[in-house]
Amino acid sequence: MVVPVTYYLALSIALFTLGVIGVIIRRNAIVIFMSIEMMLNSVNLAFIGFADYFKAVDGQMFVFFVLTVAAAEVAVGLALIVAIYRNRGSIYVDDLNILKW
Amino acid sequence: MMDYVWLIPTFPLIGFLINGLLGKKLPKHVVGIIGSLAVGLSFLLTVSIFMEFLKLPHGTAVQKVVFTWISAGNFTAQAAFLIDPLSLIMLLVVSGVSTLIHIYSIGYMHDDPGFPRYFAFLNLFVFNMLLLVSADNFLLMFVGWEGVGLCSYLLIGFWYEKQSASDAGKKAFVVNRIGDFGFLLGMFIIFWTFGTLNFKDVFAAASHYPVGAGIITAATLCLFLGATGKSAQIPLYTWLPDAMEGPTPVSALIHAATMVTAGVYMVARCSPLFVLAPVSLTVVAVVGLLTAFFAATMGMAQYDIKRVLAYSTVSQLGYMFLACGVGAFVSGIFHLMTHAFFKALLFLGSGSVIHGMHGEQDMRGMGNLRKYMPITYWTFMLATLAIAGIFPFAGFFSKDEILFFSLVDGHVLYWGIATVAAGITAFYMFRAVFMTFYGEERFDHHKIHPHEAPMTMAVPLMILAGLSVVGGLVGFPIIEGAHKFKEFLAPSIAPLHHEAHHAMSFEIFMMLFSMGVAGVGIFIAYKCYMKVPDLPARITAKFPALYEYIYNKYFIDELYDAAVVEPIKNGSDFLWHGVDETVIDGTVNGSATTVGWLSSHLRKLETGFVQNYALAILAGVVIVAGYLIGR
Repeated sequence: MVVPVTYYLALSIALFTLGVIGVIIRRNAIVIFMSIEMMLNSVNLAFIGFADYFKAVDGQMFVFFVLTVAAAEVAVGLALIVAIYRNRGSIYVDDLNILKW
Repeated sequence: MMDYVWLIPTFPLIGFLINGLLGKKLPKHVVGIIGSLAVGLSFLLTVSIFMEFLKLPHGTAVQKVVFTWISAGNFTAQAAFLIDPLSLIMLLVVSGVSTLIHIYSIGYMHDDPGFPRYFAFLNLFVFNMLLLVSADNFLLMFVGWEGVGLCSYLLIGFWYEKQSASDAGKKAFVVNRIGDFGFLLGMFIIFWTFGTLNFKDVFAAASHYPVGAGIITAATLCLFLGATGKSAQIPLYTWLPDAMEGPTPVSALIHAATMVTAGVYMVARCSPLFVLAPVSLTVVAVVGLLTAFFAATMGMAQYDIKRVLAYSTVSQLGYMFLACGVGAFVSGIFHLMTHAFFKALLFLGSGSVIHGMHGEQDMRGMGNLRKYMPITYWTFMLATLAIAGIFPFAGFFSKDEILFFSLVDGHVLYWGIATVAAGITAFYMFRAVFMTFYGEERFDHHKIHPHEAPMTMAVPLMILAGLSVVGGLVGFPIIEGAHKFKEFLAPSIAPLHHEAHHAMSFEIFMMLFSMGVAGVGIFIAYKCYMKVPDLPARITAKFPALYEYIYNKYFIDELYDAAVVEPIKNGSDFLWHGVDETVIDGTVNGSATTVGWLSSHLRKLETGFVQNYALAILAGVVIVAGYLIGR
C-alpha cells in the first residue's frame, strides 16, 4: 500500500505547528528545546515524504544532515541550560529577561 | 640717517615688548625709563632726520621701502615710509609730545598697580601713531589707524574695574569702528578707481580727473567719515567726552594732542583728492564749523575740569576741519601743531590739579589753587591764553589764520560763527581757570591738602608751556598769508586757491578784532566767576530751558541712545531670544527631544523575553509567506 505524500505533509505540518506553539507558549527551557526538536523532526518527515514521492535520495540525505546538526545542537543546548540553571537557579525563560532596556 | 627711518616706530615697539613681557618683573623706575627712553630715542632720530631733510632741495619727498608687505597679482603693498614735510611735522609733534607725556606719566601713575601695563600700552600707542603718520600708502596708514583705535580703547578702559571706564572704552571703540568703516570704503573706492593705494601714485592718477568727479567726491566723503570718527566730529564726537575716564596723561596724549588729530592729518594728506571735490570740501567745512560751535557751547556748562577740556578739544578739532574745508590745509596742520602743545599742557595741568587734589575733578570742589600749585597755575594760564587766541601765544597765530582764510574764502557766515565760537572758547577756558585757581577755597581742608606736582610732572609742564608761548612763531609773520611754516609744508599740500592779497591794514584789523572777541569772552568769564559770583545762577534762572539744553549737551547722547543704541539692542535681543533661542535652538533641541521621546516608548518593545522575539519572527515569516503565496 502506498501512502500518499499528502498524508506525510499533513502530519509534518501538524507536528511543526505543535512545535511552534510549544516554543512560543511554554516557559520551561527544556520543553521549548523539545519543541524545537519536534519542529526539526517534522521537517525530516517532510523530506522523507518528498524523497519517496520524487523517487530521489536527496531528501533522505538531508535527513541525516539534520539529525547530525540536531544531535550537536542538543549537546550545546543542554549544556547551556545546565549552565543557566547553575547561575540563576531557574530554567524558566520568564526569569531570563535581563537582556532588555 | 634717512635709511633708519624705520627705527622711529620700532623704538616704541621694542619698548612695548619689553614692558609688556617683562614689565611685572622690573622695578617701577626701570619700566618708566624704558618707556620714556623708547619714545625719546624716536624723537631724537626724528629731529636728526628733520635736520638732514632741511638740507635737501625744497620740494623733495623721500620714500623708504623697508620690505614688500603684500604682493598678489598686480597688487602690491609696501611697508614703506614717506619722508616729506607733512609727515615730518607730524612725527616731530607726536614723538616730542609723547616723550614729555611719558616722563609726566612716571610721576602721575607712580602709585598705580598697573604701571607696567600702562607704559606698555602707551608705547604701543606711540608705535601705531608714528606708523600712521609716516606710512606712504593707505593700507599701512590704516594699520596705524586701527592700532591707535585699539590702544585708545585699552587706555580709556585702563581702570577696567570701574564700570563707567570700561563702558567708555567700549563706546569709543564702537563709535570709532563706524568711522573706520568709512575709511575702509574710501580705500576700496580708491583702489577700485586707481588700482593702487600708494599716496604718490593715487594723487598722480587723480590729477587727471576733472574737478567735481563723482568717484573722487564719493571716496573723499568716505574718508572724511573715517576722520569724523577718529577726530570726534559731528556726528561721531560723542565718544571723546566719555573718553576722559582714562588716566589724565592718556587724555592729554591720545585724546588731545595726537590720535584725535589723525583725521585732520589724513584729510591734509589727501588734500590732492579733496581739492578735486568741492562738495566734500563744503561738507568738511560745515561739519567742522558746526562741531567747533556746538562743542564750544557744551563746554560752557560742564563742571568736570577734564570734560571742559574734552569739549574744547572737539571744538578745536572742528576749527582744524574748518580750515581744511576752506582749502587752508596748512592752517589746519598749523593749528594741529599748536593745539597739540597747549591742549596737552592743559590736560597735563588738569592732571596735576587732580593729582594734587587727590582725585577731585569737579571744579565746584576747587578754588584758589594758585596758592598751592604755582607752577601748575602759571603753565595752565599760559596754555589758556594760547587757546583763547591772545597775542603772541601759539593759538593766536593758528586760530587767527583759520578765521582769516574762512573770511577771504568768501564765507562770511563761516567766519562769523567761528569767531563767536572763539569768543565762547575764551569764556569757558577762563571760567575753568577762575573756578580752579581763583576765588574761595571750596574743598574740605581736613581731607584734601593740595600740593604741587613732583618734578617729573612739573618739567614737562614747563617745556610745553614754553612751546605754547613760542610755538606759534613759526607762523610769523602771518601777514600776506605767507610764512615759513607754509613754505615748508607747501610740497605736501595741494593748493586750492590763489594767494589772497589783502591790504595789511585789513589783516591787522582782523587780528585785533578776533582778539577783541576773545577779550569779551574773558571779560564775561571774569564778570561771572570773579566779580559777581551769583551772576551765572541768575542767568541760568532766566533761561532755564536753554541752560538745561546745554547742560545736558543738547541731549545728543540720549538721542543716539534712543535712535541707534536701543533699536540695535532691541533688535539683538529679538535675534537672541526670538530667533536664536526659539527658532534655531528650538529646532535642534526639538528634534533631539522628539527622538528621545520616541525611543523612550519604542524601547518597551525590547522586553527581554525570548519568546516575544520568537513570536515576532513567526509573525514575520507568516507575513512574508502569506505575501509570497497570495500574490
